[in-house]
Amino acid sequence: MNDRLKTLSKGIIDVSPLMIPVVPFGIIYGVIGMELGLSAYMTFGMSIIVFGGASQIVLLQLFSGGASSLVTITSVGAVNSRHLLYGAVFSEYLSHLKLTWKIILSYVLIDQAFAVSNNYFKENRNDNYKHYHLLGAGFTCWTIWQISTILGIVLGSVVPDELGLSFTISLTFLALLINDFRKFKNVIVMLVSGIVATIGYNTVPFQAYIIVAAISALLVATLLTLINLKKK
Amino acid sequence: MHWSTIIYCGIVTYLTRFSMIFLLKKDILNEKTKKVLSFVPSAIFPAIIFPPIFLDSAGSIDIESNPKILASVFAIIIGYFTRSIIGTIFAGLISYWFLIFVYYQ
Repeated sequence: MNDRLKTLSKGIIDVSPLMIPVVPFGIIYGVIGMELGLSAYMTFGMSIIVFGGASQIVLLQLFSGGASSLVTITSVGAVNSRHLLYGAVFSEYLSHLKLTWKIILSYVLIDQAFAVSNNYFKENRNDNYKHYHLLGAGFTCWTIWQISTILGIVLGSVVPDELGLSFTISLTFLALLINDFRKFKNVIVMLVSGIVATIGYNTVPFQAYIIVAAISALLVATLLTLINLKKK
Repeated sequence: MHWSTIIYCGIVTYLTRFSMIFLLKKDILNEKTKKVLSFVPSAIFPAIIFPPIFLDSAGSIDIESNPKILASVFAIIIGYFTRSIIGTIFAGLISYWFLIFVYYQ
């Protein structure tokens, strides 16, 4: 039990620094949810049910643009496809666990928890309780996210529209890409996605511009990857 | 917004996280697939970032005197050099506020 607690608290400590940007992100989400006229229950319920900052913001943005449920759900699926990579990387470490563990850990497998637990797993392959690291990291993220959502909901009724806080949606996603700005190929992929989405915003029916832009950009990414492999 | 949409989105989100852990016994994605999946954030986030910056409320492209473009450029520069997520967000927001409340007044 002692070993488990040790690994659990290691997970909590490791992920804590990454919680600093999560707090304002959660607050922004709560404020924008309220500004768009969602009820406090719905705004908070989304944080519990979906539990993913990017997915929740996309949901809000498409909702405010009047997109259909089908388009909204597909777009959220596209945004989440990056989790396939996380799951694929982690299956190596977690495949021996019981189904109950897999069900619980999947719920908290978000970007920040993936980042820190992946490092821990790599260095502690022989730790029998290494999944407790992900449990600690994941539920720390979960708790912080719920608290900051509530803060945002409370602030949302006070913050005036003139501050233009919806611009922080763009800024938040921009900030999540900062490590990719230095990679030339990523910048090309970003430009393809952004330009297709901007043109597609008015031309692609049913507000499906995010899906169309993502597919175009991923095609370009695939081409760039293939070209690179040929060179080697 | 309906609760059903939120619940479906929750299910989709959960399944993308669960499917790989549940389905795979060993790591079966090849290097090429992993490389392409690593581009997913770069391929999707700009589709969320660009339209609200470049389009005005009527949906037409607005490049002249658009404080959001300038503020975003400033945020990118700060982000590039500091690699700080929170620094990038605040640099963009503060320069945006300066532009709309001071410069364009």
